Amino acid sequence: MFKNSLTHYGLVSVLLHWLIALVVFGLFALGFWMVDLSYYSEWYKTAPYWHKSIGILMALAMIFRLCWRFISPPPKALATHKSWEKQLSAMMQLCLYLGITVLVLSGYLISTEDGRAIAVFTWFEVPSLGALFENQADIAGLVHEYVAYSLIFLATLHGLAAVKHHFIDKDHTLKRMFGKRP
Amino acid sequence: MKKLLLAASLAGLMAVPAQAADYAIDTQGAHAFVQFKISHLGYSWLYGRFNTFSGDFSYDADKLKDAKIQLTIDTSSVDSNHAERDKHLRSGDFLNVSKHPKATFVSTRIEPKSGDKFDLYGNLTLNGVTKEVVIAAEKLGEGKDPWGGYRAGFAGTTTLTLKDFAINTDLGPASATVQLDLSVEGIRK
Repeated sequence: MFKNSLTHYGLVSVLLHWLIALVVFGLFALGFWMVDLSYYSEWYKTAPYWHKSIGILMALAMIFRLCWRFISPPPKALATHKSWEKQLSAMMQLCLYLGITVLVLSGYLISTEDGRAIAVFTWFEVPSLGALFENQADIAGLVHEYVAYSLIFLATLHGLAAVKHHFIDKDHTLKRMFGKRP
Repeated sequence: MKKLLLAASLAGLMAVPAQAADYAIDTQGAHAFVQFKISHLGYSWLYGRFNTFSGDFSYDADKLKDAKIQLTIDTSSVDSNHAERDKHLRSGDFLNVSKHPKATFVSTRIEPKSGDKFDLYGNLTLNGVTKEVVIAAEKLGEGKDPWGGYRAGFAGTTTLTLKDFAINTDLGPASATVQLDLSVEGIRK
């Protein structure tokens, strides 16, 4: 039930996948909106605080997700998938994972250049490593922005591919991601 | 009588005007500061400074009116002791440093006031906008330093309205102006 089998996704992988999908799009929307808030907006301090807190929690979920891949490897691709589809989807997964990793790291570097820690709600703090390179906050900010747009673009393609499998190929690719057994 | 004459001539010698001289602002030894303060919400002062700048001045104690100063500030060096805020200050919302990496001040004329005080007029270019400003300035002191050089130091203050320099981000009614504080020590060239 919790673990993946050769043919289906277990509950842990399913929940992690959809939770992180939701968080990635949510954080993108929040980030996109909060950078243009006016100084007197009641969200001016709260929105970045939530963005950072949720971002760090997502990073922890991603670390667990990577560990889980080794504990309980994902099922094999469907037999109907063509080999180019398998290769493309593997590349896409790698890009999505890399994108999330770079987003987390660049976000961390924006906020910690001056030695300040990142508060995750009122629960705990992630300490700063100080300034690691020149113009850290500015460079990390640019990387964060461009990688965020790229990740959303790729994640949308990833979603469209699933929709294509569901409606055009009429296979179990998308249903399987909801934990359904073929 | 002779003694009196001697004393008088000595005093005269000492009062001989310093040669009109050019000074380089001592940024190497960091005896010069370009600082600012702006009200936060009307409740407190926020202080910041520009860490990188250069400039020189020519100055003669007896010909104050002929004194000149020019200053070039690297706007990306803004430092308010908060990396996220400094990133915001460098952005298009404030200093727009990628487009306007330099701010300059070039003096145009001087109006002496009482004592060592004077009004320093000049053109300030900030965020791509050039505007005449008046700096209420004062000579703090001059003389030999312990290492064989000769130094002169000044301080000055002016208040800038952010909107005048196309900085339109609204920080609230108490924060429409920023006070610029300059403290410069020059080493005679």
